[in-house]
Amino acid sequence: MTVIAARGLRKDFTVRVRRGRWRRETRNVAAVDGIDLSVEAGEMVGYIGPNGAGKSTTLKMFTGVLYPSGGEVRVCGFEPVPERVRMARRIGVVFGQRSQLWWDLPLRDSFDLLRHIYRVPAGDHAARFDRCRRLLDLDGFLDRPVRQLSLGQRMRGELTAALLHGPQVLFLDEPTIGLDVVSKQAVREFLADLGSTGDTTLVLTTHDLADIERLCHRLVVVDSGHIVHDGTLDDLHARYGSRRRVVVDLDEPLPELLTAPGAELEATASGGRRLTYALTGAPGPLLAALAGTGLLRDVSIQEPEIEDVVARLYTSKIR
Amino acid sequence: MAEARPYLRLFASQVRGQAQYRASLWLDLVGSFLIGLLDLSGVVVLFRAGGRVAGFTTAEALLVAALATIGFALADLVVGNMDTIRNLVRTGRMDAVLLRPLGAFGQLVAMDFQPRRAGRLAVALTLLPLAAAWAGVHWTPARLAVALLAILGGSLLFGAIFTGTGTVAFWWIDSGEFGNSFTYGGRDFAAYPVGVYGSVFRRIFAYGLGLGFAGYYPALLLLGRPDPLGAPAWFAWLTPAVGLAACAAAALLWRAGIRRYRSTGS
Repeated sequence: MTVIAARGLRKDFTVRVRRGRWRRETRNVAAVDGIDLSVEAGEMVGYIGPNGAGKSTTLKMFTGVLYPSGGEVRVCGFEPVPERVRMARRIGVVFGQRSQLWWDLPLRDSFDLLRHIYRVPAGDHAARFDRCRRLLDLDGFLDRPVRQLSLGQRMRGELTAALLHGPQVLFLDEPTIGLDVVSKQAVREFLADLGSTGDTTLVLTTHDLADIERLCHRLVVVDSGHIVHDGTLDDLHARYGSRRRVVVDLDEPLPELLTAPGAELEATASGGRRLTYALTGAPGPLLAALAGTGLLRDVSIQEPEIEDVVARLYTSKIR
Repeated sequence: MAEARPYLRLFASQVRGQAQYRASLWLDLVGSFLIGLLDLSGVVVLFRAGGRVAGFTTAEALLVAALATIGFALADLVVGNMDTIRNLVRTGRMDAVLLRPLGAFGQLVAMDFQPRRAGRLAVALTLLPLAAAWAGVHWTPARLAVALLAILGGSLLFGAIFTGTGTVAFWWIDSGEFGNSFTYGGRDFAAYPVGVYGSVFRRIFAYGLGLGFAGYYPALLLLGRPDPLGAPAWFAWLTPAVGLAACAAAALLWRAGIRRYRSTGS
C-alpha cells in the first residue's frame, strides 16, 4: 500500500528584498521545486539535505501544515490541507524544535489530553502508553511539567505523544537534534524497534547521518528543492564512486609498484611503507598479491564514510 | 456535543495551566474590571461636560455604550486572543495547532481563554439595566428582544472583527497594533451615538464596518426616538444579520489565511 504519493510537489515563497531606501523587490523562491516521491507502508525513509534544501517544507506539506503551491500529494489517501483533520488521526509528527506538549502541564496530563483529542479508546491508549513508558523509560519524569524537562526527556515525551493514537506514518523532523549521545542512542533504538515491526512507516529528516545508517534502508537526498538521490545507502556509494579502501602497512617499501585487478593505488605514505588502495572490486586478489611479497605487516579495510559522500553530494552540483 | 468534548478538554487544561499563576489571574480580573469602569466613565465625562452631545443625554449615551460594550466584551472573552495569531505565526507554534485532528479555530479559542476579560463584561452587564432605567426605557417584549439581538449580533460583529484582523497576521506578520485599531477602536466608535462623528468617518465605520448596529440603532429603538440622521427604526433589528455577514467575511479570510500560512524554518 502506498502511504505517501507526491507528484511534482512545489512550494514557492515570495521573498521581499530591499533595494535601496524605499524600493522593495519581490521574488519568488521555490523552496520545493517539483518533488516526486512514493513511500510504501512499512518503509523507513531518511530524508536528508543541506540546510535550506526544502526538507522541513516538504514534511510540512505532507503533514498538512503548509499548502502546496503546485503538484499533488496524498498521505494515507488524504489530501493533506483540505482533509487535514481526518488525516491527522492517521499520522504522527515529531518536530525536534517544536513541542506538541502542553508546556505548563505535567507530561502525564499531555498524554491524557491527547487521548481525548484523538479519541483513542482507553484500552488501546493504555497499551501503547505502557509500551512507550517501558521502552523510553518515562517513569522518572511523568509528573513533571513539560517546561521543566530536559531536552532528552522532552523528546522521549514527544515520541510517545506522537504514537499514542497508533499512526500509520510517523514523520520526524530532526528527532535527535541537540540530544546527548545516550539520548540519541535511546531514540534510535526505539525508532529501530518501532520500524522493525513493519506497522509504522517512518519518514525522518536529519543532519546526523548516524541516524540514517542505523535506521533507514532508503535514503532520499534533496538539494535546492530537488531530489538528487533516491535509493539505498549502497546505491549512493556506488553512484558517487565512494569506494572501500585497503590500507596496507609494510615492513619496508616495495621494490616496484604492485597492482592487482579491482584495486587502484591511491596514496603512498611513510616513505612507501603505507599504501592506500581504492577498491573497485573484491579485495581478494590485492590481498593475495600483498601477502605474496612477504613484507605485509598489517592491513585494514575502511568502509566509505557516509559523511564524505554526502558532503561531496552537497558541494558538487552533480545532478 | 461529542464533537465539542475535545475542545472542552483543551479548555480545561488551559485553565489548569493558568491556575498555576493564581495571583496573576486575580490581579488581571480586578484590573480588567477597573479598566471597564474607566472606559465607560469616559462616555459620562464627555456628556457631562457637554450636557447634550448630538442630541443625546448622558443616560442615553450610556445606554448606547453599555449595549456595544456587552457585545464587544462577549466577543473579547471568546475570541479576544485572535490577536495572538501573529505570535503563533511568528514563532511557528501554529504548526502544532495544525497537526492536531481538530479545527484550528476551535483550538485557538479553547487554548487561550482569558477569564480576566470577564471584568469588562461584568461592568457592562451591570450598567445596561441602570442606564436603561436612567434613560427612562419602558421595557416591552419587543424592546427586550431588540436588546438581546443587539448583544448577540454585536458579539458576532466584534468576534468577526477580532478574527478578521487577527487573520491578517498570516499575510503580514508584523501587523502589530493594526488589529487593535479595529477591535478596540471599533469598540470605542460603537460606544458613542454615530451623530458625534463626521460624515466620512461615519460612512466607513458605522455603515461600512457595521459598528452603528452594535449599540446605536438598537438603543434608538429602546429609547423610542427616531434617528436624527434619518435611519429607519427597523435598523435596530438588523444587528444579527450584520453580525452574521461579518462572520461570513471573517470565515473567508480565515480560510485563505490558513492556506497562506508559511510556517517558519527549523
